[in-house]
Amino acid sequence: MVKQAPWERIAAMPAFHALLVAKQRFIIPATLFFLVYYFALPLLVGYAPRMMETKVFGVINVAYVFALSQFLMAWILAAFYIRAAKRFDVMAAGVVAELDRQPQGE
Amino acid sequence: MAPALWMFLFFIAVTLGITYWAAQRSRDANDFFAAGRRMTAWQNGIAVAGDYMSAASFLGIAGIIAFQGYDGFMYSVGWLVAYLTVLLIVAEPLRNTGKYTMADVLAYRLHPRPVRAMAALSTLTVSTFYMIAQMVGAGALVALLLKDSGITYHTAVIGVGILMITYVVFGGMLATTWVQIVKAILLMSGTLLLSVLVLAHFDFSLGKFFTAVGQVTYHENGVPVTKDFLQPGLRFKPPYGALDLISLSLALIFGTAGLPHILVRFYTVPDARTARVSVVWAMALIGSFYIMTTFLGFGAATIVGRDTIAANGGTNMSAPLLAQTLGGDLFFAFVAAIAFATILAVVAGLTISASTSFAHDFYTNVIHYGVERDPAEEVFVARVTAFVVGAVAIGIAILLGPTANVAFLVALAFAVAASANFPVIILSLFWKRFNTTGAVAGLGTGLVAAIVLILISPSIMKSGPLFPLENPGIVSIPLGFLGAVIGTLLSREPEAEAKFTELLVRANTGLGAEKATG
Repeated sequence: MVKQAPWERIAAMPAFHALLVAKQRFIIPATLFFLVYYFALPLLVGYAPRMMETKVFGVINVAYVFALSQFLMAWILAAFYIRAAKRFDVMAAGVVAELDRQPQGE
Repeated sequence: MAPALWMFLFFIAVTLGITYWAAQRSRDANDFFAAGRRMTAWQNGIAVAGDYMSAASFLGIAGIIAFQGYDGFMYSVGWLVAYLTVLLIVAEPLRNTGKYTMADVLAYRLHPRPVRAMAALSTLTVSTFYMIAQMVGAGALVALLLKDSGITYHTAVIGVGILMITYVVFGGMLATTWVQIVKAILLMSGTLLLSVLVLAHFDFSLGKFFTAVGQVTYHENGVPVTKDFLQPGLRFKPPYGALDLISLSLALIFGTAGLPHILVRFYTVPDARTARVSVVWAMALIGSFYIMTTFLGFGAATIVGRDTIAANGGTNMSAPLLAQTLGGDLFFAFVAAIAFATILAVVAGLTISASTSFAHDFYTNVIHYGVERDPAEEVFVARVTAFVVGAVAIGIAILLGPTANVAFLVALAFAVAASANFPVIILSLFWKRFNTTGAVAGLGTGLVAAIVLILISPSIMKSGPLFPLENPGIVSIPLGFLGAVIGTLLSREPEAEAKFTELLVRANTGLGAEKATG
């Protein structure tokens, strides 16, 4: 490590605070969403089997379509996250750049 | 079965070549433990997929779907969605704050000795259970496929053990990573080919395929029955089926983010951004693979049939038998060789993460009080550990014999990872108040709860189990969290709280993160 970064000073920066808020605004709702969407599957399969056995077309039932949709959900959410994370990278780079501009020490 | 033998030998020759190449290139500890942190996003993504898709995925899931239809597909779904936990919550902070092992993140703010000792114990437990399962599977597979060549279960297990020790001891993480990549590509192409052949069997009509899946006929206690395999409930039956399914889902979704051999993969890339992109690469591969288990599993159920599979090696042989029915003996040999490669690569990945944890966490930080060791000494200890771990796994796999329940051991590994490792990783990253007592209590409670509940579950206690569920997750994961929280509240550790700011800044900016070498 080249130099000890002044952690407290970074934590106090408005730009760092903005980065944390931006990340939380994406990650917390996204996590809640995928947990609810995912656990709906075992819950419905376990406790509402009649509904899940309803045929959609041919022999294909709701249970199978819902299971397949989990794959799409995971991929789409991952793609959204990758897009959002590019913004976080820029913000984090901004924090580091601001740190380099400030004089070291007190 | 000569073609299978030749294909095994070919794969072994290729991987030993990789090991030799990697050994030439490995110069220091960063090379040995983290492949110099020079892997690219796609390389690491494929390697994560390779590390993840074990015998349980290829042989196990195909078998469960072939025998129990839709319910088996629940494993496929959970094992992919689990990567959202890794992607959104764990991968980037881990890469930014750790060095070689999962325990690096835990020890960051806490007293290193007790935390690392417990984390090393849990890593070795998870890895050993996972590994024994793979070796039992490999032994059974090889012995069955090569039975005409005089290779027995024992010879096969010892052979697999020696190969895995060779990869790790000589090639380290670099060789292990490339073995994963070769294996993942083989597994994906084999699965794709098999899926296309299944579709071709139904004249490339999804309609015909699913119509057949809707009426699968087999014998149950000598009576022919016809069932709709797309209907849930063939595996998870009342009264406890629904709870067991939820318990399994919990273990899968949170266990992945606590698997040491997956977590260490994120140290092999240069930075957090690359770690993130590599998870997405892994998700693309793993997701495509698990969607194709539809064709493998349902294909085996409709084309080969439950009765035939049961008479020829049981559930685990579903995918290889499907290959034999559709593509003849040569394709059968090819698929068997892929299964063998799959097992070998996963075992190598497990060995490197177990021996890294022992050398870095236990030897350096516990025995030597964290006094900086000569990196060459740490590498030497890891090599010796790889040798010992390999020998122990060979011994236990031989003791258990080819009939041991492989899926049970893998489920144990996932449950332990979700109950012991996952809570403490999450709390140390996101809870300022979290401290050493909490980490030790959480790891201990989770580990003991998961193991005890499995010992008194129907998988072990065949008659009158004390715990009605096969998977302990629904009880042991909350217990792991509870242990960690209560332990934390019982003591105060101002130093740990004071260091939270540093962790927060490093995790989110990447300042001070370990750099790539070379």
